Amino acid sequence: MNIALEVKKMTMDFGGLRAIDNLDLDVKHGEIVALIGPNGAGKTTFFNCITGVYRPTRGDILIYPPDREQLRINGLKSNNVTEKGMARTFQNIRLFPNMTVLENVMIGRHCRTKSGVFSAIFRSRKTIHEENDIVEKSYNILEKIGIERFVNEFAKNLPYGVQRKLEIARALATDPFILLLDEPAAGMNPIEIKELDELIKKIRKQEKLSILLIEHHMSLVMNLSDRIFVMDYGRKIAQGTPDEIKSNKDVIKAYLGEDSDA
Amino acid sequence: MITIQEIKKSLIVSVWFMLLTFPIMVIRVNTVEKIVEWRWENMFFIGISVFFLSFLWRYLMKRKELEKKPDIGTWEISILQEIVKKPKILICCSCCLVLFALLLPFIFSFYQTNIITNALIYVMLGLGLNIVVGLAGLLDLGYVAFYAVGAYSYALLNHHFGLGFWSVLPVAAFLSAFFGILLGFPVLRLRGDYLAIVTLGFGEIIRLILENWNEFSFGPSGIANIKRPGLFGIQMSLETSIIYIYYLMLLIVIFTIFVVNRLQNSRVGRAWIALREDEIACQAMGIDKTKTKLTAFALGATWAGMAGAIFAAKTTFINPASFTFLESAMILSIVVLGGMGSIIGVIIASFILILTPEYLRAFSDYRMLIFGATMVIMMVFRPQGIIPNVRRTYKFSKSRIEN
Amino acid sequence: MKIKKMEYFFELFLGGLTRGSIYALIALGYTMVYGIIELINFAHGEIYMIGSFTALIVASVLTLKGFNQISILILASLAAIIYSGAYGYTLEKIAYKPLRHAQRLSPLISAIGMSIFLQNYVLLAQTSDFLPFPNLIPEFEFWEPYSHIIGSPQLVIILVTIIIMVLLTILIKYTKIGKAMRATAQDKNMAMLVGVNINHVISITFIIGSVLAAVGGVLIASHIGMINFYIGFIAGIKAFTAAVLGGIGSIPGAVIGALILGWTESFATGYVSSDYEDVFAFALLVFILIFKPAGILGHSDAQKV
Repeated sequence: MNIALEVKKMTMDFGGLRAIDNLDLDVKHGEIVALIGPNGAGKTTFFNCITGVYRPTRGDILIYPPDREQLRINGLKSNNVTEKGMARTFQNIRLFPNMTVLENVMIGRHCRTKSGVFSAIFRSRKTIHEENDIVEKSYNILEKIGIERFVNEFAKNLPYGVQRKLEIARALATDPFILLLDEPAAGMNPIEIKELDELIKKIRKQEKLSILLIEHHMSLVMNLSDRIFVMDYGRKIAQGTPDEIKSNKDVIKAYLGEDSDA
Repeated sequence: MITIQEIKKSLIVSVWFMLLTFPIMVIRVNTVEKIVEWRWENMFFIGISVFFLSFLWRYLMKRKELEKKPDIGTWEISILQEIVKKPKILICCSCCLVLFALLLPFIFSFYQTNIITNALIYVMLGLGLNIVVGLAGLLDLGYVAFYAVGAYSYALLNHHFGLGFWSVLPVAAFLSAFFGILLGFPVLRLRGDYLAIVTLGFGEIIRLILENWNEFSFGPSGIANIKRPGLFGIQMSLETSIIYIYYLMLLIVIFTIFVVNRLQNSRVGRAWIALREDEIACQAMGIDKTKTKLTAFALGATWAGMAGAIFAAKTTFINPASFTFLESAMILSIVVLGGMGSIIGVIIASFILILTPEYLRAFSDYRMLIFGATMVIMMVFRPQGIIPNVRRTYKFSKSRIEN
Repeated sequence: MKIKKMEYFFELFLGGLTRGSIYALIALGYTMVYGIIELINFAHGEIYMIGSFTALIVASVLTLKGFNQISILILASLAAIIYSGAYGYTLEKIAYKPLRHAQRLSPLISAIGMSIFLQNYVLLAQTSDFLPFPNLIPEFEFWEPYSHIIGSPQLVIILVTIIIMVLLTILIKYTKIGKAMRATAQDKNMAMLVGVNINHVISITFIIGSVLAAVGGVLIASHIGMINFYIGFIAGIKAFTAAVLGGIGSIPGAVIGALILGWTESFATGYVSSDYEDVFAFALLVFILIFKPAGILGHSDAQKV
């Protein structure tokens, strides 16, 4: 398998505080990789760095789109990162509350479509075609995720689990080749988590994309991921297959505290 | 229903307000004749009205708390929204309205036609600002500056070069859009509330320049004898030209509604709304924040510019006093009252806010007082406006799309 | 010639210092409120205006009743302070408290509405004309020899401002309520958890801000000698500029910003043109916000994602 995302020696400082320290990470095409670690380990900061919300202090972030040259995306604005094919969801759900479910997904199509102010006013055949295309594609994604029955609801009125799924749908609408999921199972009940597990596998299979996820639900992580990276205090402390991670001493120490190995 | 406790509460509130408003409401000193005027009746009046208003306030608060849970739309609103949703009824209603609007100058006097033309100008301004504030969520407190740019473009070009209305209208629109981008560029990075203050500052700068730069703008005395819009060089009497401007304005307003309506359900319009809802998520979805904000600014300004040119042509006289912050505040309250992003809401609100003071003269002194209070009350109890914006819905049957 | 120039410069410098002191008093209200609830209290200028009006009304009534100057000064100032505080408190309860969890723009629009409402309230209940404000600050005899350099009113303004700054600093640094205010400004939820009554703290903040504005209102009104219902708007914007210039949320920042603004205006009108006095202030505001939105002493905080 070829590499899809490669992070080399990335460091992020906030003033005097080092949030991420010399981190290396890679995701191959078609792979599901999990990034785990205790609260405050710097996982979300890592996401923010590679998606252009923050500009990392040092290091390289490289992406390898399937049909194009490799790209260094340090310091790109987050909309450009998405345009290049890396989409994300947010830990604290950030939907557009006063837009309908369909419109939320349609926003995802924005960077793959073109029509501007004038074509919106004159509504040429091309624009109508594009508009219909957006609606159709968005609806298909909703069907795929299994939330099409909420299509005309306002996002703010959705149940929590559906909101999480809508975030994934919206990210998928941008045609990514890497999908970054920030705690997709947070706040879900066991049944919803099981559904999510299947959904993520299905997405990978159907869309042929790589997934990098941050998650705290260990059963989900162990079940889904091909490889796992573990962070603590901004550093990578372990990487490997789920089985390797389960028996890794450093990981257990990080999760249970220094004294627990006694 | 009303307990002793509540009456006690209201009594306390009313006494508090009686004391609070005492010096300003009761005492008036005539410093020239050295007489103190004691207006005790005001205190009594405040006491009584606050007493009753406090019940109303608490009742509305309670209702607001209840409405928070699921959305229990109130009855009258849902009917209006149904009308907005059903295209057939909507078309029928708008046809009746257009017919009425067309016949209006023959039903009402010139004076009244003129007032309604005024209201139409505000509809246009409201719809323009609605793009910036209602759709894109950028609180612009200096909107009147673009209105001024449009008005002065026509007035000055007409004064110096004798250019006619029709040739200047696009120039005014273009110049205002240019100013919109000029202001938009530097303020892009600012957060909502800072943006509001910078736009306010910008608006005041433009007004102060117009007031003080006599060589350019003729200062506070303004520019008079601006030519009315012509029609293929036909000579028109004052009355005919009032009617002509009315129709012209009507046409432009219909055009505006058409454009805004198309925009808000387009790719660009959705991007604006997404920007309003959540800037970070919006960018993460691949929307270029800079471009989207600038488009909103420029388009909003374009409309203000056109409205300005029409205003100058209609009144034939302009001076900086027409472009104060209060004007911006009034346009903003139209948008707020109408419902952010809602076209029908903005139209209704501009008619309410412009026509009520005209027809209820007693009311006109209290106009700004009521505007201010309305803005507060609307924000507290009904932030979505009289007629909240309705998003377009889609029906699907086996992947076939019907709108 | 040279001496004339120096004297003129010095005159402008002191003029700027006086102006700056007044701006500082008003700016503190903006900065404190912003520090705690992140709201630009648009109606703050109106509180200042109401403070001056109250002082004017009380002073006029007392003058007609034949009170002496010192007691008028004290009573009028007290009335202004009490009433401004009460207005500030009520304002928060009506226009801002119900909106604490509302959308971003709602409290700001509500604030603008309140500002327009209060302006017109005073306009309708009193008058739209400029009213002569009695000169409440006495001319000190012992200061006579130096009064060509700086008049007593200016001296009083500067001294009062300094005293208030010191008191405010002590209040915020060392008292219980000051600590509660700082805690609330840092993290509202955390402060609530450790037992700070947020509503109480917010009310107190509004009252303190309003009281400072009232002091500023009385001082400037008796210095300039004229007030009308509109003085709050311009003064409010300028004080806001000062607060932003210094770094909104920072108390020493507000003072520094106010002084810079005072001097800028004073020198610009003195050396360039007096027609554009307000333009300088607005232009300064626009420039700061564009090039250094965090201000001189402020810190820009990254938005939480």
